[in-house]
Amino acid sequence: MAMQNKNTNPTFYLLMICLIVMSLGPILLMLATSFKTNVDVYDVSVGSFFFTPTIRNYESVLCNVLWYEPSHVDYCDPTFGRALGNSLFIAIISTGITLVLGTMAAYALVRFKFIGQSTVSMTTLLMRMVPPAVLLVPVFGIWTFQFGLDGTYAGIILIYTAMNLPFVIWILQSFIVQVPIQLEEAAKMDGAGSMQILFLVVMPIIKPGLAAAAIFTFRIVWNEFLLGNALLDRNTRTVPVTIVNSITEYDIDWGVIMATGMLLAIPPLIFTFLASKQIITGMTAGAVKG
Amino acid sequence: MDVVKKINKFTPYMLLAPAGIILLLALLYPIGYMVYASFLDWSPSQHIGQAEFIGLRNYINLWNDAAFFESFGVTLKFAFFVVVLEMIIGVGLALLLDREIRGMSVLRVIFILPMMIAPIVVGLMWRYMYHPTVGVFNRTLKEWGFESIPWLSDSGWAFYGVIIADVWQWTPFIFILALAAMQGLPRSALEAAELDGAGEWQKIVHIKLPLMLPVLIITLLLRLIDAFKVLEVVLIMTNGGPGLSTEILALRIFRTAQEFQELGYSAAMSNILLILLMLLTIAMFVYNKIQENRASKMCAMIEKG
Repeated sequence: MAMQNKNTNPTFYLLMICLIVMSLGPILLMLATSFKTNVDVYDVSVGSFFFTPTIRNYESVLCNVLWYEPSHVDYCDPTFGRALGNSLFIAIISTGITLVLGTMAAYALVRFKFIGQSTVSMTTLLMRMVPPAVLLVPVFGIWTFQFGLDGTYAGIILIYTAMNLPFVIWILQSFIVQVPIQLEEAAKMDGAGSMQILFLVVMPIIKPGLAAAAIFTFRIVWNEFLLGNALLDRNTRTVPVTIVNSITEYDIDWGVIMATGMLLAIPPLIFTFLASKQIITGMTAGAVKG
Repeated sequence: MDVVKKINKFTPYMLLAPAGIILLLALLYPIGYMVYASFLDWSPSQHIGQAEFIGLRNYINLWNDAAFFESFGVTLKFAFFVVVLEMIIGVGLALLLDREIRGMSVLRVIFILPMMIAPIVVGLMWRYMYHPTVGVFNRTLKEWGFESIPWLSDSGWAFYGVIIADVWQWTPFIFILALAAMQGLPRSALEAAELDGAGEWQKIVHIKLPLMLPVLIITLLLRLIDAFKVLEVVLIMTNGGPGLSTEILALRIFRTAQEFQELGYSAAMSNILLILLMLLTIAMFVYNKIQENRASKMCAMIEKG
């Protein structure tokens, strides 16, 4: 009963509404602006949320991937459409490779115990702290002059995989530890090899862990700007790089910029709605288990 | 049979090898390379072999570089303000909202959203909201008859503007971790306190906060490490300006490499940032170990709940 009383406290609800407005407000404002013409953006008499919406901004951003030709676009700039394809390709491949290699390594570390658990978490922590800004100079130098991978998909996927592996290995480890060893022994009796056990027995069980790891990796790769900016060329550029390049000091076409921003934000937002539980697992595991 | 056994013996190494090779090649090697590059006078058009070895001169120049120190100061100030504000607001909210609420799961989803969005987009959003004429803040101020505020064009305001954006994006992180820690607290301790007649406030100060302390300190250190990595949000919003008022170290490293083309100098700065972060990480690890050893019982209780 006491609980009920607290819940119906009006100040409590007011606080909740405030919080919701504060965290959603900026996102909704961006969404609204992406449907606004540039004239309306600069017209002070037009409200932030009440105006005649238009999908023109999205049409001009996506003009080269649309099945029809938008009438208001005189010159179709293919940059963004291409970048969207690049971003999707790079993010999906990097996530896939990171997950497969990460699962293999995590499994080896848990089941064969040749490196102490604390060494692994220490290394993970140390790797986690390395900021992309620190990697900028060496990765640029090595990728350009030694590996010859600048401007290629392979080059950027290599560094993204390396950046995300420590966290993925570490989080999958905590899930693999919980897989009952009897299951694996039973499979071994039936004549399954290590690889088969890993991919057919263990992997299906640790699906929640894989989902958490996949979302974290995808999000980091999808949002990454710094290294993409240093390594990629005109044809392989990702969305964050094109956005930064299109911002000039003055005279920003806010409607179009917000539409590109929205398109960049949509995949992570969808993941949040689909798998908030896994995201929270991944996040709390980082701190609560140290 | 022998062959099979041999393969089995090598299995763990085979499983570990691909990840190990990639980490070695694409993460450890670059970091080592960076340490070497910090002793070079190196521009992006040169092969590293052609770069001149200048010993410690980059570091000596850094020591005499007033702009570097200013940027370093801005970084420390930024990290301090951001972490303190986020801890206070995040933990405070967790204490307020730690009860059975029907829509809690929906609320959590809403709070995670800002963290999932690309820093680039967060920067865009806030730059738009801070816009001197069409931004939502100045518009509202004007409607209410106040003076408009030079959000990003005044060095004092710009610094606060950047902090507000970061607090918006990352307070939910602290909130969710604090809430998770709080809901893992042993009910028995709280019930005992209630029987002894402790009020809400007493329960918070004497039971909830002390028991949550280990998790809170780890959260604080994690957030502190991340605060030193912030770059894109500031790049979009102010590009370090006006003057150097928001030029945090990561951004300075980026600009030194990108705009001024001094890779060796940039590497020297990266090195200093890396050492700073390594100290923080080691502090976190040591704290964790001490906690584990000294109060393993208490920790087990908190984590199991």
